[in-house]
Amino acid sequence: MGVTKAVTDANFVTDVLQSDKPVLVDFWAEWCAPCRKVEPLLEEIAGELGDKVSIVKLNIDENPETARAYRVMSVPTLTVFKDGQPVQSVAGARPKGDLIRMIESAF
Amino acid sequence: MPAPVTVTNIGNAAPVATTHTMGRRQVDEVRNLIIVGSGPAGYTAAVYAARANLKPLVIEGVQSGGALMTTTEVENFPGFPDAIMGPELMDAMRKQAERFGAEFITDDATRVDLKDTGVPGSSVYHTVHIGETTNNYRTKAVILATGSAWRPLGVPGEQEYLGHGVSSCATCDGFFFRDHDIVVVGGGDSAMEEATFLTRFARTVTIVHRRDEFRASKIMAARALSNDKIRVEWNSIVEEILGADGQVCGVRLLNTHTGKVKTLDVTGVFVAIGHDPRSELFRGQVELDDSGYVKVQTPSTRTNIPGVFAAGDLVDHTYRQAITAAGTGCAAALDAERFIATLEED
Repeated sequence: MGVTKAVTDANFVTDVLQSDKPVLVDFWAEWCAPCRKVEPLLEEIAGELGDKVSIVKLNIDENPETARAYRVMSVPTLTVFKDGQPVQSVAGARPKGDLIRMIESAF
Repeated sequence: MPAPVTVTNIGNAAPVATTHTMGRRQVDEVRNLIIVGSGPAGYTAAVYAARANLKPLVIEGVQSGGALMTTTEVENFPGFPDAIMGPELMDAMRKQAERFGAEFITDDATRVDLKDTGVPGSSVYHTVHIGETTNNYRTKAVILATGSAWRPLGVPGEQEYLGHGVSSCATCDGFFFRDHDIVVVGGGDSAMEEATFLTRFARTVTIVHRRDEFRASKIMAARALSNDKIRVEWNSIVEEILGADGQVCGVRLLNTHTGKVKTLDVTGVFVAIGHDPRSELFRGQVELDDSGYVKVQTPSTRTNIPGVFAAGDLVDHTYRQAITAAGTGCAAALDAERFIATLEED
C-alpha cells in the first residue's frame, strides 16, 4: 500500500513538527521483530483515516538524533505529535483499535 | 483481554473492527476451525489442520509469533543444529501453514462465545469476535493457543517508566543501553538469556534474584555466571524502580536474608520473572486451574466444552518449551479434526 512514509532527522521538523494535522510517528528498527508486526497495522490505519492524520516511520538507527531528542528507549515507540508537540506515546506493539483511539484523541 | 501493559508483550486490548488483510467476512459463514493465538502451538495446529483440508482461520493477535518473536537464538528446537533465530522459526512455521491453505488475521480476538449444549455431536457453533463490532466468525471447532503474557513486578515505578528504562524485552530494547549499567530481574532461563544477551551492549548487568540459586537450566545459568560483565544480587527483591527526569535512574533492593536495603544506580531494568497464561478471554467459559491455565483432558487437548481444544503455554505450566507447544498444537489439530468428522457423520 505504501501509505505511510519515512521521515528522517533532516525532515522531521517540516514533516512532523510543522505538520498542520496530527502525525503518528513509528520509531522503529530493522532488528526489532515486533516492529514488523506493527507496520501492516499502520498501513491499514493510514488507509482508513485518510487525510485526517499523517502516519510516518522513523528508523532509529539511521536517525539517532530525533530518537534521542524524544528519548526513545524502546522499539517500537508510537508517538502522536500535534502542533509540534508529542501528545501521546506508547512503547510496544498495540492492537489497531488502541492506536486509532490514540490518534483520534489528538483530533 | 487486558494483559499487563508491557514494552512488547501488549495483550489483547479491544481493537476496532475494520477490514483486515482478508477483507470483511460474512457473519453467517461457518468455519471448520478457528485457532486463537499463534506461536509454535497455534502455527503447528494450523499446519496440521490446513493439511487436513480444514482451511483453518488463525487469529494471530498483534503479538503474532508469540514468545519466540522476542528471543534471539533458539538452540534447542530439533532440526536446527546451528540454532535458528526465534522470529525466523516462527515465520517459517507460518509460511508452512499458509502453503497448505491456512488463513490469518493479525489482530486480537476480543471475545469468544464457546457454546456447550451438553449433547455430543449436536451442531452448535462457537463464535470468535475480532474487534469491537461486526467482525465475528462462527466455527465448528476452536483451538485456544494464546500462550502466556509477560509478568510485571508490580512495584512502584514499573509502569511509570515502562519504555523509559523498564523493559520486558531485551532483544527489543538492549540497543538503547550501550555502556549503561542495568539490572535483569529473575532467575529462570529467560532471565539468563536476557542477561547474557544484554552484555553485548551494557557495561554491567546485575541479575537480581530473590533466592540463593537460579531455577534456570544449568547450561544457561553457567553461561551467565561465567560472563565477566554479569554479577548477581542473591536473595534480593526490587522494592522500587527509581526515576528522575522521566527515566529510570536506579532500583532499590531489599536483601531478604540480611534485611539490608541498597540502591543500585542503573538506567535499565529488564523484568524476566516469568509469564502468566493468557486465559482471561476464556474465563467463565472453559475450566481453568487455580493459576489460570486452561484445563485439558490429558493426554488429549479437549477442554470441558466439546469442540474446544487448548494447546501450548496456555495449558502447560510444566515444560513451556517451543517444541512441547508445537507438540500439543499438533495434538489439538488432530483432536479437532476427529471432532469435526463426528459432526459430519450425524
